[in-house]
Amino acid sequence: MKDLSLHILDIMQNSLAAGAKLIDVEIAENKTENIYTICINDNGKGMSAHMLSKVTDPFFTTRTTRKVGLGIPLLKENAERTGGKFEISSLQGEGTVIKATFVMNHFDRQPLGDIAGVIVLTAASNPAVRIKYVHSTCSGSYTFDTSEIMGVLGNTPVNNAEIISFLKEMINDNLENINYTTG
Amino acid sequence: MTKIKSLNDLRAIKASVEAKMNLRERSDAPEKLVQVKVAMATCGIASGAKAIMDFMVNELDKRQIPAVVSQTGCMGYCFAEPTIEVTVPGKEPIVFGYVNEKKADQIIEKYIKNGELVEGIIPVNYESIESK
Ligand SMILES: Nc1ncnc2c1ncn2[C@@H]1O[C@H](COP(=O)(O)OP(=O)(O)O)[C@@H](O)[C@H]1O
Ligand SMILES: [Mg+2]
Repeated sequence: MKDLSLHILDIMQNSLAAGAKLIDVEIAENKTENIYTICINDNGKGMSAHMLSKVTDPFFTTRTTRKVGLGIPLLKENAERTGGKFEISSLQGEGTVIKATFVMNHFDRQPLGDIAGVIVLTAASNPAVRIKYVHSTCSGSYTFDTSEIMGVLGNTPVNNAEIISFLKEMINDNLENINYTTG
Repeated sequence: MTKIKSLNDLRAIKASVEAKMNLRERSDAPEKLVQVKVAMATCGIASGAKAIMDFMVNELDKRQIPAVVSQTGCMGYCFAEPTIEVTVPGKEPIVFGYVNEKKADQIIEKYIKNGELVEGIIPVNYESIESK
């Protein structure tokens, strides 16, 4: 994956496929400790212990359209390559939590990329799913919550191009306001 | 410093969008709109599906074609990513593979606007994604 936002997009697709009604995405930049953390939490159908033990294996998937699963092993590999770590926990009927930790200033840590686009396009395609995105830096934190957006929009479709473009700008303004790291 | 956009600004945008929305879009009849589904599984994302989705959202709007663009799961054509499924009202869904911006542009100009076929259609025993 070219950047971290695309990993997040990919992991969110797993949550959607698992029937999640709530997806929580948290990015925490900790410059003091040189740690960059991405945590994705969903309330989808979860996984059995057996499946969980196999899910970081690139030759495992439950999909029938292709024989290998890729998304989770790729993220794990990219986090570990920076000297970071990857954790996944899941409970059937409860949901799944994925946490990828990167060494922030490591040469191999991918840039964040267009996180605003990823969050907004996913929200626009899945209006019935609540997506919450929290980004924190040492300057502060920003929360984007689609339940607030839907509250404002009412019956106006969120997948309208003008609304999509506004929401992206709103997220980007707020990320800049907390001095987020783009690189 | 420029003002940070907020939910209050969203209210203003909502009002302007509603004023502009034509009856067709408002009529709650998505089958009357062009539908574009972008396959958003790992292979698709790694090959640029997100940029293609951005392109489609922006360009269909700029060219004033009433459309809904959305993400969908794996269509099983990993070898041909990025793939998109296009449904023009009244026609069968068609899947295009190896979509880049140039091809996406042709899909809009030739297929969506004029019904002409564009190279790169994947017809293989195709079923709509919903039935996967
Ligand atoms: N959030 C999740 N909730 C439930 N099951 C999941 C979740 N994420 C992954 N899985 C399971 O793990 C498998 C492997 O995931 P992944 O590595 O992304 O590959 P793929 O999505 O291509 O199958 C999925 O097919 C699914 O069965
Ligand atoms: Mg996946």
